[in-house]
Amino acid sequence: MNRYPLWKYVVIAVALLIGGLYSLPNFYGEAPAVQISSAKPTIKVDLATQARVEKILSEADISNTGIFFENAPNVGTIKIRFSNTDIQLRARDLLQQKINLDQNDPSFTVALNLLSNTPSWLSAINALPMPLGLDLRGGVYFLLQVDMKGAVQKKVTSLATDIRTQLRDKNIRHQGIERGADSITINFGSTTDADSARTVLLSVQPELVWQVKPTGLSPKLVGEFKPTALKEIQDNAVKQNIITLNKRVNELAVKEPVIQQQGAERIVVQLPGVQDTARAKDIIGRTATLESRLADPSVSSIGIGETPPPGMDTFRFGENRLGVFKKSVIFSGDRITDASAGFDQNQRPAVNISLDAAGGRVMQEVTRENIGKPMGMILFEKGKGEVLTIATIQGEFGSKFQITGQPTTASANDLALLLRAGSLAAPMEIIEERTIGPSLGAENIEKGFKSLLIGFSAIAIFMMAYYLLFGTFSVIALAVNLLLLISVLSMLQATLTLPGIAAMALALGMAIDSNVLINERIREELRSGAAPQTAIAVGFDKAWATILDSNVTTLIAGLALLAFGSGPIKGFAVVHCLGILTSMFSAVFFSRGLVNLWYGRQKVQKLAIGQVWRPQEK
Amino acid sequence: MEFFRIKKDIPFMRHALVLNAISLITFLAAVFFLWHNGLHLSIEFTGGTVMEVSYPQAAPLDSIRAKVEKLGYADTQIQNFGSSRDIMIRLPLQKDAEGKLISSADQSAAVMQVLEPANSGAKLQRVEFVGPQVGQELAMDGLKALIFVIIGIVIYLSFRFEWKFAVAGIIANLHDIVIILGFFAFFQWEFSLSVLAAVLAVLGYSVNESVVIFDRIRENFRKYRKMNTREIIDNAITSTISRTVITHGSTEMMVLAMLVFGGPTLFYFALALTIGILFGIYSSVFVAAALAMWLGVTREDLVKGDKKPDDNTRNDDPNFGARV
Repeated sequence: MNRYPLWKYVVIAVALLIGGLYSLPNFYGEAPAVQISSAKPTIKVDLATQARVEKILSEADISNTGIFFENAPNVGTIKIRFSNTDIQLRARDLLQQKINLDQNDPSFTVALNLLSNTPSWLSAINALPMPLGLDLRGGVYFLLQVDMKGAVQKKVTSLATDIRTQLRDKNIRHQGIERGADSITINFGSTTDADSARTVLLSVQPELVWQVKPTGLSPKLVGEFKPTALKEIQDNAVKQNIITLNKRVNELAVKEPVIQQQGAERIVVQLPGVQDTARAKDIIGRTATLESRLADPSVSSIGIGETPPPGMDTFRFGENRLGVFKKSVIFSGDRITDASAGFDQNQRPAVNISLDAAGGRVMQEVTRENIGKPMGMILFEKGKGEVLTIATIQGEFGSKFQITGQPTTASANDLALLLRAGSLAAPMEIIEERTIGPSLGAENIEKGFKSLLIGFSAIAIFMMAYYLLFGTFSVIALAVNLLLLISVLSMLQATLTLPGIAAMALALGMAIDSNVLINERIREELRSGAAPQTAIAVGFDKAWATILDSNVTTLIAGLALLAFGSGPIKGFAVVHCLGILTSMFSAVFFSRGLVNLWYGRQKVQKLAIGQVWRPQEK
Repeated sequence: MEFFRIKKDIPFMRHALVLNAISLITFLAAVFFLWHNGLHLSIEFTGGTVMEVSYPQAAPLDSIRAKVEKLGYADTQIQNFGSSRDIMIRLPLQKDAEGKLISSADQSAAVMQVLEPANSGAKLQRVEFVGPQVGQELAMDGLKALIFVIIGIVIYLSFRFEWKFAVAGIIANLHDIVIILGFFAFFQWEFSLSVLAAVLAVLGYSVNESVVIFDRIRENFRKYRKMNTREIIDNAITSTISRTVITHGSTEMMVLAMLVFGGPTLFYFALALTIGILFGIYSSVFVAAALAMWLGVTREDLVKGDKKPDDNTRNDDPNFGARV
C-alpha cells in the first residue's frame, strides 16, 4: 500500500520539468534594446529593413544579443537586444542617423526599449515571461467606444446621395428622400413610380430591404438595412478604427502597445510607459484626411532638394522623392465609400475604389479632360501631406474605378487600407481611462511580491512546526503549486496585474487548506488507533471528497468572476481559477507522491506528523 | 503540537438559539447601515475621475483643497492615501456649461495646473477615469456575478447533499457577505471592484467550510445510529473545528501579509477577505449547522437509499482503504 506505480512518478516528473521550464523566463529579467518602427503610413518595416539594420550594425562593429522581427497586424517592428545600456545608446544614435535618409523628416522611429533576457532556446519552445500589466509597469489604458450610430448614419447619407443619382438616371420621379437613423424613405407621387423605383433599387442597393408602403395618395418606399449589412458596417467601422489607431500609436514609439477589439463596439488601447495622457489622446483622436489631386503633367515627382515648378505643391513621396501636384482638389477622403484590394483584367493586383455620387460626378469631369495625365492621392496627417500613389488616368470614369500597377497583393492591400483610413469610419469616445505612473507600478509589483513571500513564509513555518515532516511535504507541494501556476500563466501569456498577484497569494492561502485537511484526517485516523500506513491511505482518501467539494464551490465563484468580470477582475479571476486547478494536482496528487516515496516502501512505526493527542478516558 | 485537545463533544447546539439571535442582530445591524449609510462606491461604479498625486514632503491638504475648489468642480474629495505625502483626489463626472462631459484629461490637467508641480514638487502618479455607462455596466455585472455564484452553490449543494443543507449553507454565507458589506457601509470604506472580487472569493471559500461540516454530519448519521440530530451535529463540529481554525488561520496569514505589506491598493481587498474569513468560521460553525437543524434535517434525509455498508464495519476491516 501507499505506493505509486511508476507512471504516476513519471507524470509528476514531467509536470515539474514543464513547470520549471515555462516559469524560468520570468526570472531572467530584461535587457536593454532598441526598437525600430515606421514613422509614416507609407513606410513599412519588414525583413528588408531588418537586413538593412543588421548591415548598419555590423559595419559599425556593434554586437547585439538578438534581433527580433515582429509583425503585429499591419505594423512591423524590429527589436534589437544589447548586452548593456552603453551599446544600446550607441546603437540607437547610429541607427537614427543611418536608417533615416532625411533627418528632418524621419521615416523610422528608433526608440529605447527593454526586452526579456530569456535565452533563445527557451524562446524557441515558446517559453516567454508573463507580460506585466499597466498597473505593474506604468502606462495609459483607454477604453474607446465606437459610435455605431455615427457609422450607420454616414453610410445612410452616402447611400441617399447615390440613390438620388440612380433614380435620376432611370428617370423615375420622386418627391424627396428622407434619411432615418438606419433607413431611407423615398416619397412618390404614384404607386407605379414607387414600384418601378423598387425594382431598380433592389438590384443596385442590395444592402437594403425595400418595401412599398401605400399611404394614401403618396406611397412611400422604405429601405432598411439587412441585419447582415448592418453588422458588416459595424464590423468594418471597428476594424478600420483599429487599423487607424495602430498607425497613430506607432507614432508614439510605445513599447508593446495593445490595441484590441472588446465586445461588438469597443476598442481597448494600452500604452505601456506612456505618461503624457493629453498627448496620447491628441494623437489617438486625430483624424487623417485624404485628397486627390492632379499631378504636374511634365514632372510628377522630383528628388528632395530639387526646385518644384512654380505654382505647384510638393509632398513627400516614398523615402526620398517629392510628388508635385496642382493646388486644386478633385475630391477629398469623405467621398470614398469603399476601397478594397482586387485584380485588374490582366490579373495584376489593383485597388478598387468607389466614390459617392457627388465624387463620381467630379471625377467624371476631371478624367474626361485629363486622359493620359497623372493624378495622385495624398494623405494628410498632422498637417503634413504624404503621397500614397501617383497613377496615370487611362480613361473617363465615374464613381467606380481602379488603381492598377501595384507590385504585390500586399501593397494593394496596404494602399486600400490607407485610402480607407483617410476617411475615419466612425467617431470614437473615451469611456474609461487609467494612467499609472512608472514608480507606482514598480512599487505595486514590489509590495505584491513582498506580501506573497511573507505570507508564504509564515504558512511554511507554521506548517512545518505543526505537522513536522508532513508539514514539510505540504510546503513543498505549495511551492510546486506556485511553480505550476506561474508556468501555466506564462504558457497562456496571461498579463500579470496586481489583482493577479493578489489572486496568486490567495490561491496559495486557500491551497494549503487541502493539505491541512489531509494532515488532520491522518492524525484523526492515528488517534482512533489506525496503523500508520492505513492512516495515510484513509486520510488521503477521505480528505479527497472534501477537497473536491471545497474546490468546486470556490471554482463556482471564480467562474462567475471570469464570466462577468472585466478589466482588473478578469485578471484576478483567471489566476484564481487556475490556482484552484493546479492546487488539486499539487496538494493531492503530488504531495501523496512525496509521502509514498518517503513511507511507501518500508515498515513504519510512527509518522512524523506532529503530536497526536489522545483523550485519556473515552 | 496539537492545539485542540477536546475531550468531549462541545454542545454547540445547546446555545444555538442565543448564537442565532446574535447573528440575526449583527445581520440586521449590517442591513441597517447598508440602508442608512449606503456603500461608498468607488468611481469604477459611479463614474468619475480619481487622481493620485505624490508630494516630496507631507501634502498640504487644506491649501490643496482650497486650490482645487476654485476650479468649480462639484463634490470633489481630497484625502491622504497610504501616507501623508500621497493624496487622492476624487472628481465625480463633471459637465461643462453646455452639459457636455468634460474629459478626464482636461480635468486632471486643470487640477495639476493649480497644484503647481513646479513649485510644490507634486507628481501625478495615477489617473483613472470611468465614463457613466461603464460604471453602470460594472455594477450590473457585479450583481450578475453574485447571483450566479449563489445559484451555482445552491445547485451544487442540493445535488451533493439535499436542499435543507443547501439553503442553510447559502443563508449562512450570505449572512457573511451582508456583514462584510455592513462593515464597508459603517466605516465608509471604499467599495471597489477588487473588494467585490474579494467578497465573491470569500463566498466560494467559506461555503466549503459548511461543506466540510455537512460532510461530517452525513458521515456521523451513518456511523452513530444512536445519537440524535443535535448530538450528531455537535460531534461533527467538534471533530472538524481543529481543521476549520487551522485552514482559515493559514489563509488568513496570507491575507494578513497582503493587508500589512500589500500597500494601499491591496488594503481594502485584504480587509474584505479578513472580515469574510473570520465571519466565515463563525457562520459555518454556528449558523449553517444550526439552520440545518432548525430546518429539521434528519437521518432519513441523508442516509436514505444509501446502499453502502455501515462505516463502522468497514473501519474494522484491516485492509480498509487499501488500494492494490
